[in-house]
Amino acid sequence: MTLQTPLERHVAAPGAAPATPDARSRGKVFVCMDGNEAAARIAYALSEVISIFPITPASPMAEHADDWAAAGKPNLWGKVPDVIEMQSEGGAAGALHGALQKGALATTFTASQGLLLMIPNMFKIAGELTPTVIHVAARTLATHALSIYGDHSDVMHARATGWAMLAAGSVQEAHDFALVAHAATLRSRIPFLHFFDGFRTSHELNKIAIMGDDVIRSLIRDDDVLAFRARGMTPDAPFIRGTAQNPDAFFQAREAANLFYDAVPGIVTEVMAELAEHTGRHYGLVDYHGASDADRVIVIIGSAAGAVQETVDALIATGQKVGVVVVRLFQPFPTDALTAALPKTVTAIAVLDRTKEPGAVGEPLYQAVVAALTERMDAEEPPFATMPRVIGGRYGLSSKEVTPGMIRPVFDELSADRPKRHFTVGIYDDVTHLSLPIDVDYRTPRPAGEVQALFFGLGSDGTVGANHASVKIIGEGTDLFAQGFFVYDSKKSGGTTVSHLRFGPVQTKSAYLIDSADFVACHQFGLLDKIKILDFAKPGATFLLNSPYGPDEVWDRLPVDVQRHLVNKKIDFWVIDALAVAAETGMGTRINTIMQPCFFHLSGVLPSAEAIERIKAFVEKTYAKRGQAVVDQNFAAIDASIARLGHVTLGPATTGHALPPVVPADAPDFVKTVTAVLMAGDGDRLPVSAFPVDGTFPSGTTRFEKRAIALELPIWDPSICIDCGKCAMVCPHAAIRMKVYPAAAVEGAPAGFQSKEFKSRDLLDHRITIQVAPDDCTGCGVCVDVCPAKSKTEVKHKSINLEPAAAHRDVERPHWEFFQSIPPLDRSLIAHDTVKGAQVLEPLFEFSLACNGCGETPYLKLVSQLFGDRMIVANATGCSSIYGANLPTTPWTVNAAGRGPAWNNSLFEDNAEFGLGMRLGLDAQNDQARRLVTKLAPAIGADLVRDILEANQDTEPGIDAQRARIARLREILGALDGESRSAARQLLALANDLVRKSVWIVGGDGWAYDIGYGGLDHVLGSGRNVNVLVLDTEVYSNTGGQASKATPRGAVAKFAAAGKSRGKKDLGAVARAYGDVYVAQISMGANDAQAAKALLEADAWPGPSLVIAYSTCIAHGIDMSKSMTHQKDAVKSGYWPLYRFHPSDTESGQPFKLDSTRPSMPVSDFVAGETRFAILARTQPERAAELAQLAQADVDERWRYYEQLAAMHRSVPHIHNDPDAQAATVDRPAGSIEAGDEA
Amino acid sequence: MTVDLRTRYLGLDLRSPIVASASPLTGEPASARLLEQAGAAAIVLPSLFEEEVVFEELEINRSLEAGTNSFAEALDYFPNIESFAGAGDRYLARLRQIKAQSAVPVIASLNATTAGGWVRYAKLIEDAGADALELNLYRVAADPARSAADVEADDLALIAAVRTSVSIPLAVKLSPYYSSMANVARHVIEAGANGLVLFNRFYQPDLDLDTLEVVPRLDLSQPWELRLPLRWIAILRPELGPDTSLAATSGIGTATDVVKALMVGADVAMMTSSILRHGADRIRTVEAGLRTWMSENEYESVSQLRGSASSTAVEDPSAFERANYMRTLRSWSAPRDLTTA
Repeated sequence: MTLQTPLERHVAAPGAAPATPDARSRGKVFVCMDGNEAAARIAYALSEVISIFPITPASPMAEHADDWAAAGKPNLWGKVPDVIEMQSEGGAAGALHGALQKGALATTFTASQGLLLMIPNMFKIAGELTPTVIHVAARTLATHALSIYGDHSDVMHARATGWAMLAAGSVQEAHDFALVAHAATLRSRIPFLHFFDGFRTSHELNKIAIMGDDVIRSLIRDDDVLAFRARGMTPDAPFIRGTAQNPDAFFQAREAANLFYDAVPGIVTEVMAELAEHTGRHYGLVDYHGASDADRVIVIIGSAAGAVQETVDALIATGQKVGVVVVRLFQPFPTDALTAALPKTVTAIAVLDRTKEPGAVGEPLYQAVVAALTERMDAEEPPFATMPRVIGGRYGLSSKEVTPGMIRPVFDELSADRPKRHFTVGIYDDVTHLSLPIDVDYRTPRPAGEVQALFFGLGSDGTVGANHASVKIIGEGTDLFAQGFFVYDSKKSGGTTVSHLRFGPVQTKSAYLIDSADFVACHQFGLLDKIKILDFAKPGATFLLNSPYGPDEVWDRLPVDVQRHLVNKKIDFWVIDALAVAAETGMGTRINTIMQPCFFHLSGVLPSAEAIERIKAFVEKTYAKRGQAVVDQNFAAIDASIARLGHVTLGPATTGHALPPVVPADAPDFVKTVTAVLMAGDGDRLPVSAFPVDGTFPSGTTRFEKRAIALELPIWDPSICIDCGKCAMVCPHAAIRMKVYPAAAVEGAPAGFQSKEFKSRDLLDHRITIQVAPDDCTGCGVCVDVCPAKSKTEVKHKSINLEPAAAHRDVERPHWEFFQSIPPLDRSLIAHDTVKGAQVLEPLFEFSLACNGCGETPYLKLVSQLFGDRMIVANATGCSSIYGANLPTTPWTVNAAGRGPAWNNSLFEDNAEFGLGMRLGLDAQNDQARRLVTKLAPAIGADLVRDILEANQDTEPGIDAQRARIARLREILGALDGESRSAARQLLALANDLVRKSVWIVGGDGWAYDIGYGGLDHVLGSGRNVNVLVLDTEVYSNTGGQASKATPRGAVAKFAAAGKSRGKKDLGAVARAYGDVYVAQISMGANDAQAAKALLEADAWPGPSLVIAYSTCIAHGIDMSKSMTHQKDAVKSGYWPLYRFHPSDTESGQPFKLDSTRPSMPVSDFVAGETRFAILARTQPERAAELAQLAQADVDERWRYYEQLAAMHRSVPHIHNDPDAQAATVDRPAGSIEAGDEA
Repeated sequence: MTVDLRTRYLGLDLRSPIVASASPLTGEPASARLLEQAGAAAIVLPSLFEEEVVFEELEINRSLEAGTNSFAEALDYFPNIESFAGAGDRYLARLRQIKAQSAVPVIASLNATTAGGWVRYAKLIEDAGADALELNLYRVAADPARSAADVEADDLALIAAVRTSVSIPLAVKLSPYYSSMANVARHVIEAGANGLVLFNRFYQPDLDLDTLEVVPRLDLSQPWELRLPLRWIAILRPELGPDTSLAATSGIGTATDVVKALMVGADVAMMTSSILRHGADRIRTVEAGLRTWMSENEYESVSQLRGSASSTAVEDPSAFERANYMRTLRSWSAPRDLTTA
């Protein structure tokens, strides 16, 4: 067996690797980093105040700043910048504005919606000619959907603010232009928006030349800084800024700053020239690349310019006359530079915009180019003999790929006699036929010596981390350039990752994914059935597979499609059982350390021995700070890896299995034709017509996404079960279900289907089954942790036990199928306010793609069980909006009657208001429906009218009865004719709103405590009947663990890297102050019955309700399988007291009920088990000890206060004492018909 | 009459034979200072457990890596932490602090699980300034495939390895569960230990009947527990000779306990439980009691007292051995309710 690989043909030995072609690079410091870090380094060095707020994909810039400040890193002037997290981007912009007005150098970072929130201050900052830079990782604005990915819709929305706009198209440019922006703003007094493409640039790992303080200092002139400071506010030389102006003054004053804008292009040119002098990197306001006699030119901004340049080079090589203009400074628009850059020979120009402005004559860059050329053609000496034809195209929205195969058709279109004036690139528009064709086979030549490698893995297996390391090992340790880009799917648990790595002797311009790789690795055997991995391998490529089957037995286990690719492309095929090696070396499921040496060994990018040495050095550097044990463990895994590689002899391409269907055959059409395609990763191929026009998607689709990711499944032992329902209650994925049913229903059950007698005095002759959904369970183990029933003969055996999925999945599948066929129990037969009862109710939130062991989702599931068929959900942006509605599927589902939660997400900041609006809408429609019922009384019949209007809907039977009445009403209305017809049609449309509905306003602590707090406060003060559920993880979970005002004292979080010094806000206390707000603090793991009771009381309370739910989170640094045990300890220590505050106007009422018992363990015992706290003791032990004391004091004091509250007899203002609120309340007292109603 | 309490232990000159042994109080600078002020002649820190260091490092690493690089919006969940003090670093830091503030010798203690670990941490402890090192050899020999000889050979090998890697004095704290204690003791000294600490008391598992879980539990020692070290020190003192240090630990709470320990041949008597029960001042009380007893019984010095009742110095050496058992049996009479009428 030889370990020589075909890939070695592609790469010269490192010693002989071509020296970097850029001779100027000698003596420079090359480091691998992403665009965010590249920009943040400069911003940090040049700022005294940095106001921050998390938003993807810009958060890492703020995180770096916070990390550096926590580590005491100084800026260029020796000061550690003051990095302060604000409550929103609006707040960050306000703080930025204030710091600037004082004359302090300040910056911030943002994207997307965050930038929108900054816009009001941006107008002010520009209007006051204040130098500053906002660094933007440009991201899609939410429209029909939210998207975290990149395009220019956010920055283009800010173009009216008066900020200069400078666009970087690569990681190097993000570093360079950050400095250009800071230098130019100080010189010009015009604030700069420095932006680069979200994810594509912000998250691309690349080898760049970094600038030292000397270069930075040489571009930042002291005089400019001093002049800026001198303009700052001081009582020693006072002035008034921020006046109000009248018609006599405003307009002229607005025009007074024109000269400053006129100067910007010149200043940026000057700064760029200085940068070139110091670094050898030349940039212009616009840069032309292509034939000097080009007839067709593309104009573009941002990272896609690379693909265009490659296409231009390739087309020129075939004799075409083409070129590309890359616009760096978008605003003030460099008209002169543009016309100067364009070859005089150009006849047709395609302007590509990465944004969409519906209804506009064209997108912003198109408009600017057309206007600029039109103006210049009108000049005395027009630049062109005839005005070039200009067409405009949209591309790359939400990080849609841009490849040469998409760009070449744009040049083709420019050659057409009558090209499309407006078009789209990279999609198939079969509705308005705007799209240009995509040449899927077209590729530009790759640079000699380049290796392209693709890695398919799971988030949990460490693949991305290892590839990050590989890029750094090669990029920083050799002369080769390196690029890494990482693609994640939409799931928080069990998601796949694809790593795209390029290594080569020249810096790549390819800011697009690899689709023809020299090396392909599949780190999870199961992915072969889900992703057509070898579609991405080029002929002769090397394929490395992590396989439980050895080289001699793996062949027949492969899908036939994979076999075919292997044979047809003559692929060099290797296997390793990395999971076995990982298990032997204590690495668990993280196989990265085993796969990485194999990649180096097989790819030939570096000689194997050298690679191992470098990997170990990297491991040492990375993990030394976490301890020798971690280093040793990784070393052991590395040492055990290569020897286990096995070479596979290709067999016949006929023995494998067919790929399983993506969704079951009985799935609805939409799921089959759209959802399934998205699930298979083929969404790019879906045409425009496949999509809903308004962002509306069907509910209940996670059930079709059978992921089968659990390595272990919880298996029920009915002989021990005590019917408590706790396992079903806590399951984050609704993958453990409990059903109670008449004994006869079990007839026809498949063999082995388990059930037991249901112990109940009321439900005789019923049986109970606890069943796992084997393909939906994630194997998180929370159900096992909470199961209280232990075997009398072997205490480790519980009524629910984790067992290997491989042995049980096939057995449990038919059981689950049968279980689903058993009708749910009549809801009226069981109490809803007990855990057992609630868990018999059908969940209408199932199989969410939240993290394993998520602490939030069990609450949502419970709410859906209690109120799902009559609830409307306003969901704040955050984890819950992502696992709730990130395409392709949603866990919100429907019952057999077709009813279920109606769900929507507006924004992060406005969710309370959004939900209140839903309540207002419901109330208005209910009110109108009642009027119509009264109006149509003669036709409907007096008895039914009375019954409908006076219906008592306090309980579910009452609601069911009302539904029956409405059904009868609808029948009557449907038959009405004549004069009543019009009113009947109106009422038909509103009749369902006569049934009581429940509005749930759901979000995390980032929303409730910070960005949405103003709105939440207002809604709680409105007296309206809304229910607010705060899923309090005490941190911004969705954006990666930044501190919120819910973060407790002493916890380490991003933006609180040194441990949060202030205590958590008592949100409940603020709400209780209103008096008429029902407030509860709950923790399912500590007291599940209290949680259920509180939710029921919140729903029943006719005014505003606030339920704050303790939600364990992966960001706590805990073993998530013990999620509920941590919740229990939180309560036991008094850290999270449980209470219900039920407003009451009874003189002797005790509105505050403390539901948890006096703390019985020190807070230190609780926090010791959570990494978020434990870390501080290991980084700053003295500070940790001090904060721990304060944290205990917080708990002691709150408990003392709450005990006093609980003992207090008090009458509090009741909602019905407020005539306005009473009128506004939807749930009128039974039987009331207001005066003024038409009779 | 003035009495001379000075003694030597592991080559260190101590002002008295009363040493504060490993407990939470000796591990913290503030409480260690109180112990010294109360008269502790030396302070033995609690053990640094390699197992704990490794567990903590791996666990924290695991939780920092959990969920990372899985989801585009949250590629990690914690800030970048530049430097990180693990259990070992924290131990060494405390050792340095206690050493810096103490006028009395500071003895570190180590329980490692790997051969490399013993040597590595022993060196780090020496570098941190410990005056001596106590090797806490305890492990549960639960593997039926390994013989007593195997287990002992391992222990001796690591003592030898540590001996060659550090130059500070070494004590070895033994468990009482060896089949041939005298033989083991001799080999331990031959392997390079300067002294023995007799004996280790361990966390023993208990059952929590509410949760049906195994929980560790450590009860404070009782006076009767002193009898075991008394026996073995009495036996080993003549056997190992005057240059080998012997420390008595377990059940020492009063001056008379100290006297007994010294008489059978201990160089020092180590106190833990009674300090935890009564506070640091207990040392002062015991020392005063020791002076009083020696004075009243006209002993001039600890050196005079030490070994005066070792197995070779008593009238009936076999009393420390099997005969002791016999005599107990003979002296035992059944409670009345067990006797037939």
